Amino acid sequence: MDKKTIVEVNEIGMTYHTFNGETEALRNIDFSVYEGEIVSIVGPSGCGKSTLLSIIAGLIKPSTGKVLVNGKKVTGPTKDIGYMFQRDHLFEWRTILQNVLLGLEIHGKVEDNAIKTAEMLLDTYGLGDFKYNYPRQLSGGMRQRAALIRTLIVEPNLLLLDEPFSALDYQTRLAISDEIGIILKREKKTALLVTHDIAEAISLSDRIIVLTNRPARIKDIIKIELTCPEGIWSPIKCREAPEFRHYFNKIWKELDVHV
Amino acid sequence: MSNNSLSSEHIKYLKKIRKRKRTIFIAQISILTIGLLLWELAARLNWIDSFLTSYPSGIWNLFLQYTKNGGLFYHVGISVFETILGFSAGTLLGILIAIGLWWSDFWAKVLDPYLVVLNSLPKTALAPILIIWVGAGYSGIIVTAITVSIVITIMNMYFSFISVDEDKIKLLQTFGATKFQILKKVVLPYSIPTMISTLKVNIGLSWVGVIVGEFLVSKAGIGYLIVYGGQVFKLDLVMMSVFILALISALMYKGISILEDKFLKWNE
Repeated sequence: MDKKTIVEVNEIGMTYHTFNGETEALRNIDFSVYEGEIVSIVGPSGCGKSTLLSIIAGLIKPSTGKVLVNGKKVTGPTKDIGYMFQRDHLFEWRTILQNVLLGLEIHGKVEDNAIKTAEMLLDTYGLGDFKYNYPRQLSGGMRQRAALIRTLIVEPNLLLLDEPFSALDYQTRLAISDEIGIILKREKKTALLVTHDIAEAISLSDRIIVLTNRPARIKDIIKIELTCPEGIWSPIKCREAPEFRHYFNKIWKELDVHV
Repeated sequence: MSNNSLSSEHIKYLKKIRKRKRTIFIAQISILTIGLLLWELAARLNWIDSFLTSYPSGIWNLFLQYTKNGGLFYHVGISVFETILGFSAGTLLGILIAIGLWWSDFWAKVLDPYLVVLNSLPKTALAPILIIWVGAGYSGIIVTAITVSIVITIMNMYFSFISVDEDKIKLLQTFGATKFQILKKVVLPYSIPTMISTLKVNIGLSWVGVIVGEFLVSKAGIGYLIVYGGQVFKLDLVMMSVFILALISALMYKGISILEDKFLKWNE
């Protein structure tokens, strides 16, 4: 690879201990993510996808193995990493602008410049008129967009997205995943996306990592190359690519879902 | 939107709502007025023994007399002072202790059974002990008021602190927040509604503490007037004191409501 490695996941294993016993969640997870890539992680529900993201973010310690982000070993949360959750977790008591500035406040970096940047980002992503509104006055899609700006404004060079669209209704979900995909590419962000939506993963990603049932191991890493119509990259448009169906069937088979 | 752009149906609807509001208000005032009138009438016509029940005009005259010689302000002032001090100290200490419990999960678990027992114990039962320990004056009364409100404050606030969404805390951690920042940015602001409802409860509870304290030891205050009035069978005095007590605690409660409107703008 000629591209810079952003994330290096090295032989990660994770075992949970509870009073009633122990559960092995992850085993021998080993992969890398390169600069500018969007990589998705798909797997059966409850297989430990979110655990993997939390380990990369430094929120929990793996039982074995290590994670390097930008060449440095992860020992706790760092400013290089931005994290997006299933729900937007905007604070109801803060205006949209104040919500967006949350990360900078924690870093102690709220200056006039930062506020200007925040207002500019809100304008760019269609929330300019809502900056003094409270979250409950916004729709689900707008809230998730505000959450993305809150993550982007601290300028992380790696984004971890933990099923960030799953709390939205289907139409909003399509529109927002398209929008956020385009934003990520435009801002040249490296992103790791956990999802259980195969179509979403294919349309957004450069590569897809397929995990097995618990304890999760890597079953396959699939490189996605779609010939998107009109030559413009957009996740919704790319769903029309001729290869789309082929990837879908391949991943569906690998997930080996039995209900 | 101006009125002339509304449909006649909507105007009718608005009128109906206003009319209903007015009717409710008139009914509320009427109950008070009729009640007072009947009481006065019953006393004057000797249907009831006004020595035992007193009567509105008698209470009013006493009120004017107490206002003129300033005695009323003296007694009310002392009780209000004790209540506000007990209320503030009880609430503040309660919140601080709740923060401590949130900070240390170990101590929260250790102290849990003690809090449960203290919470179910009627705190006024402790008043005689406290007054002997702290002193039979303002300090004893104020400590009684604190005791009545502090335990419920600790429990309400601690419960609110630990019910903050785990993911909201995780979000702050991904930004690298310290425990103190987590407290300041999410745990405390999230708990403001609980804090305000606790304040509302504590106003009433602090008054309970103060009145019980004054019953036991005081030489002044509303509680003292009530006990004194009862002992010398001056029911006018007892009734007046109770009315004033109701009025002041309602005013304080209203004060907290104003605070609520100010702090919970985002909740509309």
